Amino acid sequence: MPLMRLDGVSKRFGGLEALREVSFALHVGQIMALIGPNGAGKTTLFNCVAGADRPSAGQVFFRGEDVTGRPAHAMCRAGLARTFQHSRLFDDLTVLENVIVGRHCRTYAGLAAAFLRLPRHGREERESREQAMHALTRVGLADRAQDEAGSLPLGERHLLEIARGLATEPVLLLLDEPAAGLNDEETANLGHCVRRIRDDGVTILLVEHDMTFVMDISDQVVVLDYGRKIADGPPLMIQADPEVIRAYLGEDLE
Amino acid sequence: MSTPVGFWNRNWGFITLAVVALAMPLLVADAYLLSILAFMATRFMVVIGLSLLLGQAGQISLGHAAFVAIGAYGSALLVTRLSMNPWLAMVVAAVLAAGVAGVIGIPTLKLKGHYLAMATLGFGEIVFILLVQLKGLTRGTDGITGIPPLTLGSLDFSQPRLYHVLVWLVALIVFRLALNLSESRVGRSLKALRRSELAAESLGVNASWRKLQVFMISAVFASLAGSFDAHYVQFISPDSYGITFSVILVCSVVIGGFRSVWGALWGTLATVILPEVIKRIHEDAVNLVFGILLILIVVLLPVKSGPLARVAHDVRCLFHREERG
Ligand SMILES: Nc1ncnc2c1ncn2[C@@H]1O[C@H](COP(=O)(O)OP(=O)(O)OP(=O)(O)O)[C@@H](O)[C@H]1O
Ligand SMILES: [Mg+2]
Repeated sequence: MPLMRLDGVSKRFGGLEALREVSFALHVGQIMALIGPNGAGKTTLFNCVAGADRPSAGQVFFRGEDVTGRPAHAMCRAGLARTFQHSRLFDDLTVLENVIVGRHCRTYAGLAAAFLRLPRHGREERESREQAMHALTRVGLADRAQDEAGSLPLGERHLLEIARGLATEPVLLLLDEPAAGLNDEETANLGHCVRRIRDDGVTILLVEHDMTFVMDISDQVVVLDYGRKIADGPPLMIQADPEVIRAYLGEDLE
Repeated sequence: MSTPVGFWNRNWGFITLAVVALAMPLLVADAYLLSILAFMATRFMVVIGLSLLLGQAGQISLGHAAFVAIGAYGSALLVTRLSMNPWLAMVVAAVLAAGVAGVIGIPTLKLKGHYLAMATLGFGEIVFILLVQLKGLTRGTDGITGIPPLTLGSLDFSQPRLYHVLVWLVALIVFRLALNLSESRVGRSLKALRRSELAAESLGVNASWRKLQVFMISAVFASLAGSFDAHYVQFISPDSYGITFSVILVCSVVIGGFRSVWGALWGTLATVILPEVIKRIHEDAVNLVFGILLILIVVLLPVKSGPLARVAHDVRCLFHREERG
């Protein structure tokens, strides 16, 4: 059984069809890349599966359940984490606090515990702190824990978003253009980091324009063009696919 | 669990405030000054709630006077018409305020920025108009007189000193609760959604529910303050609960500083003391000064550097709509 399956997912914004009947399956332990020219609908697809948006038609299955239209916080609890193309860090919180927010879906202290500082809240906070530090260590940001998130350079912002996602204990991690704006060294570092996360048992779906990075890291590639899936297969096959080459005409496909 | 030194280091601010506030009746003899100080306590409660809503959760309310009115009129009517026990009436009014906040909050908190400002402004106006027009219930602009003072056994809280201690005790409890909240898991989720609802949701925060929760909490704090004031002054009329009051409340939060609930204290001090000073100079200048203050805040909105940049940024955030995607 696939970890996630899309079945004829469409998304319409007024007259614009951002996604047209997209179907594919993602299996446990894979690193899958979702590529396509600007405006192809990649981010829209992320939003539709992560619950930030609701598909106009079609269904999304996650861990065997129909999760179509479930809100983002429920998807998070179900084991799906994501990062954003334009980073959405909580800039005025510290790096560590950003990641602790990622523990929200695995902790329980409610209003009463918060108001009255019940012992169980303190316990949970200490645990959250440890787990968050662990997530920061996984992406190599542990020494930045006390810095304000807004002060991080772009490369580290991507990593922090990943750490925040990891803190939610996901089985599936969606990364929207994690290598955008990174230099070669940072991109290589990101690649190692993503592989390590996969080896720790987290399945990965990533959107990326950096084709070297994509072809190097992914087991399977899905190509979108004007909201339609035009190819789906292993990287080598995708590179040779005539329709993909046509969609990318003028762009360097390596 | 913690050493006395550690406890002091974490709580010295609060302890100092508590000692100073509760010792005031020993230091101040002037009845008028005492009543101002007591009035400061109830104002503080309202501003604390609003500070949670604006400062922590980043949601604006320009109609918060309405919740103070619900507390005041709720208490006054339940006690004078139904002869309900004042303490019970206070609780019933607070529950009512929470209920109204819940019902109003569900549709309005979906709105962002300017739209939320307009919607809450409208809500405040509607409540104000109802207070004026439902003459059978509220006696319109004549207001309600003869609200009995609070008592507890042989304690009579119409006595300024005793009342001062009572309201400041309640205000300190409210403040402690708010401080605890802001440093908790819930508080962190509020600060997160203030920055990005989309990101907070993606990390498991149910943003609509959290916003509704703070809105209801702030309504309860406001309502309690309204009830205390009504019993102490023994007279209420709609004038006190109009848009001007809502604006002063928002000003208090902004002036005091957004990021920390402590800002509520500074904001309250400023907006209670300032009018008293202005009144000495010219009776009618108070609204003028608040008007100017509001204009200043708006003018300072675009400031991107300097000492006020942070405040300006926070105010801008209140009116900012998050792009999806
Ligand atoms: N909320 C929205 N309302 C209207 N149109 C939208 C919305 N979100 C996306 N679109 C449109 O849908 C199409 C797909 O956008 P999307 O952001 O998914 O593309 P993308 O593949 O992520 O592109 P990029 O590589 O530039 O990030 C675009 O034409 C975009 O303008
Ligand atoms: Mg995109």
